[in-house]
Amino acid sequence: MSAKQFPQPPVSADTIASHGFSEEEYRRIVQILEREPNFTELGVFSVMWSEHCSYKSSKVHLKLLPTDGPAVLQGPGENAGIVDIGNGLAVVFKMESHNHPSFIEPYQGAATGVGGILRDIFTMGARPIASLNSLRFGAIDHPRTPYLLSGVVAGIGGYGNCVGVPTVGGELFFDESYNANILVNAFTLGIAEKKRIFTGKAKGVGNPLIYVGAKTGRDGIHGATMASEAFSEESEKRRPTVQVGDPFTEKLLLEACLELMKGDCLIGIQDMGAAGLTSSAAEMAARGGTGVELDLSRVPLRERGMTPYEMLLSESQERMLLVVKKGKEEQVKRVFERWDLDAVVVGKVTRDRLFRAFFDGAEVVRIPVAALTSEAPVYTRPAERPQSQDDVQRLDLEKIEEPADLGAALKRLLDSPNVASKEWVFRQYDHFVRSNTVVAPGADAAVIRIKGTEKGLALTVDGNGRYCYLDPYVGGILAVAEAARNLACVGARPIGLSDCLNFGSPERPDVMWQFSQVVQGLRDGCIALGVPVVSGNVSFYNETDGVPIYPTPTVAMVGLLPQVARHVTPWFKSPGDIVVLLGRSREELGGSEYLKVIHGLAKGTPPWIDLRLERAVQHSCLKAIDKGILHSAHDLSEGGLGVALAECCISGPEKPLGARVEPREMMRGDARLFGESQSRIIVSLKEKDLNRLREIAEKEGAPMQVIGEVGGSRLVVHPLIRLPVDELKSIWSSSLERRLRDAR
Amino acid sequence: MRWGVIVFPGSCDEQDVYDCLKNNLRQKVDFLWHKDPLAGKFDCIVLPGGFSYGDYLRSGAMARFSPIMQGVVEFAQKGGLVLGICNGFQILCEAGLLPGALTRNASLQFICRRVFVRLEETDTPFTCAGKKGQLLKLPIKHGEGCYYADPTTLERLHKNRQILVRYVDAKGRTTPAADPNGSLDHIAGVCNEGRNVFGLMPHPEDAGEKILGGEDGLKIFSSVIEACDKRGKRAWLD
Repeated sequence: MSAKQFPQPPVSADTIASHGFSEEEYRRIVQILEREPNFTELGVFSVMWSEHCSYKSSKVHLKLLPTDGPAVLQGPGENAGIVDIGNGLAVVFKMESHNHPSFIEPYQGAATGVGGILRDIFTMGARPIASLNSLRFGAIDHPRTPYLLSGVVAGIGGYGNCVGVPTVGGELFFDESYNANILVNAFTLGIAEKKRIFTGKAKGVGNPLIYVGAKTGRDGIHGATMASEAFSEESEKRRPTVQVGDPFTEKLLLEACLELMKGDCLIGIQDMGAAGLTSSAAEMAARGGTGVELDLSRVPLRERGMTPYEMLLSESQERMLLVVKKGKEEQVKRVFERWDLDAVVVGKVTRDRLFRAFFDGAEVVRIPVAALTSEAPVYTRPAERPQSQDDVQRLDLEKIEEPADLGAALKRLLDSPNVASKEWVFRQYDHFVRSNTVVAPGADAAVIRIKGTEKGLALTVDGNGRYCYLDPYVGGILAVAEAARNLACVGARPIGLSDCLNFGSPERPDVMWQFSQVVQGLRDGCIALGVPVVSGNVSFYNETDGVPIYPTPTVAMVGLLPQVARHVTPWFKSPGDIVVLLGRSREELGGSEYLKVIHGLAKGTPPWIDLRLERAVQHSCLKAIDKGILHSAHDLSEGGLGVALAECCISGPEKPLGARVEPREMMRGDARLFGESQSRIIVSLKEKDLNRLREIAEKEGAPMQVIGEVGGSRLVVHPLIRLPVDELKSIWSSSLERRLRDAR
Repeated sequence: MRWGVIVFPGSCDEQDVYDCLKNNLRQKVDFLWHKDPLAGKFDCIVLPGGFSYGDYLRSGAMARFSPIMQGVVEFAQKGGLVLGICNGFQILCEAGLLPGALTRNASLQFICRRVFVRLEETDTPFTCAGKKGQLLKLPIKHGEGCYYADPTTLERLHKNRQILVRYVDAKGRTTPAADPNGSLDHIAGVCNEGRNVFGLMPHPEDAGEKILGGEDGLKIFSSVIEACDKRGKRAWLD
């Protein structure tokens, strides 16, 4: 270190522990540095080695996931994944969790989650054109749920709407398991010219590092570390670690960055996200095989008297770090000035592969880049299937009494917040801006058109924590299968996915077992259906006072439609159309929404899946849509055939349409109606096209049965149910708003 | 004819307006930067939707001080056509080019959905291609769209027939349920006394193609085109 010293607090056993290091980890730091770290360096190590930034517990498992494909231009490891969609265009997408901050401060936590993911996308040269979100809350009648839900939804809308990126879909699920640890996973997709993609690489020794965007404050210090700890009573006091978002500055930053990217000044760019300036500088150096030198005295500050420690660890939002060609500094500054943003040279790329920071002329940090990135600790944590799992999976259907009135049961299911319409949520998000939205929120998948082409993109996000709790391996497969099936229902073939893996503490063998099982399930689902994982994140420590959430992977999948005009929607279109069920129903009630809502049970094994059958069903649906013979297609998921049929009748924008069906399978009535057997799609079509569908299904090897006809003003499932569709619609569409009002 | 679409910091819908005019109606369109003076010949200036200056003080309150706005005011005073959509409507009210104000939605929530509006007057350059009483299905997406005017102003709006569009239900009736934001008198859009400045909360630019759910929005833009053609392709500003 240089002679001049900056006064710093001493490093003691207490400070080491409070930064979350084990003794072993601290020893390793001393070994790497060949000396004791100073206080600032300790802070830098703590964020870079945090679970959130280093993936130290998940890395060995994530390697299993298939990340390659003929169209994949960028897999995991960058700010976001990239897939070629032809026409010289590429889509850039990623999903990220913002669970902990959103529980502590729902509005800002969710808002900054959206802000962070937007930056991950435009930092690569892509204009964000669509967002999704996947949300999990506690029981709807839990006292905190309405507050958290309202805050999160307002935060997502408040940020996304203001930046002008439409939120085109998402999912929302309630369960007691999330009472004290909600999940907020935000996804954004952008579109870029294939030739003009930017990455986070610090290349070219001597090139300047330019800081752009908002000023640095004391907010969010140790946010990454907070996201790497379990919750306790203390969490409420963590509010100051939650960042505050400014979507207006983000919008300016977005436009300024995209404008800069049209020129030839830029070498590398990265968002200052988790662990702020530290991680953006260190990660860019690591990817570039270089070092970086930062002069912290030049960092634009919002508050006076900030220390180097605070500047390096601040997670203030709406900031970016650029590496530009030497000599182009003024050109860069002019672009940002036009948008009224700061652009300041704060350092340079060096040859020495060191992460160095100076303040007031004194060197305050000197750490090898590799020590912060590739050489961060990696753990193979112990994993063990808990004995209680046997009990959880035990379900004796003979002891489950079948309700006498299955119509009443259907009404209760439609009234369940997990099944009911989510319009109360979606209407708070702008889903029209950018004028691309072909299928708005509320369908199996959202569809947007790609301007200047005939193509379209379909987007969906899925994941059932209850299934994963009952059988994490099968649950992992089902998440992928359902997402792909949702795409098939609108007529899109999957091109890639991004996932958020939300789990409890990795230090618990039972949680690590769930994690490794889910990852294996995701892998097998992806391989069978040919979908590469191109980006994602892991969120551990989702537990409060020692109780973990359901293991919850959320899978955001993107599909391509060669001709967007051919897309299909889930609701019935015209009386007289024939209703067909693709796939096969089994007597399966384990893990179903029915079992939970009607019998209060989360037990059994989730529905089994035959991936060959899944593929056959999806391909049949896709080919029928290609031929233009389907009027509607809807996936069967929570609530099974009964709920899916009701949704076909009532979820359209026009007046509800009735149907009369009679499924042939012989099994108990509740399983027939509400069992959640996988690989099933309800389609409707003209009678004259039935033979063409039959040919397609036969060729693909998908079972199909004609189950009825669209028409009338009732949903009749002979001989079990006979209910007016207007009544079903009124229950389904008003439930969420009414329940939130009642809960207050 | 030529359109100018102003880009304020925080505008979000400028590209939608541009694309709708260019791709669907084959119009000549230029973006105008808020820091520049208004220069060049234009027949209609559009203030697009979005969150100018983050809407931090009050929707539209800051944008009216943008350098270009002085030119817009002069342009309007000379009879030039000015169309404000959503945030653009809010800016025009703040700038005093339109009467009244837009306050927070009665629900206190942002609302995004399709609504029906009824064309109340057709003797303006913004509505002349429509029929009186005609319904348009248009998207709305705003948090502050609740129109308010004091009783004297409201009376003047009625007297001069300045209320051009009202929120109605699918059958064309004004009902509280059909009014998404609690606007006074179900007002969705008003013009000035000179009938050359029009602001509305719904977004015609996002209803310009069947594949996006309808093309009723074109009625507003094609009215302007028709009106300008009749006036003999004259640009208002030299």
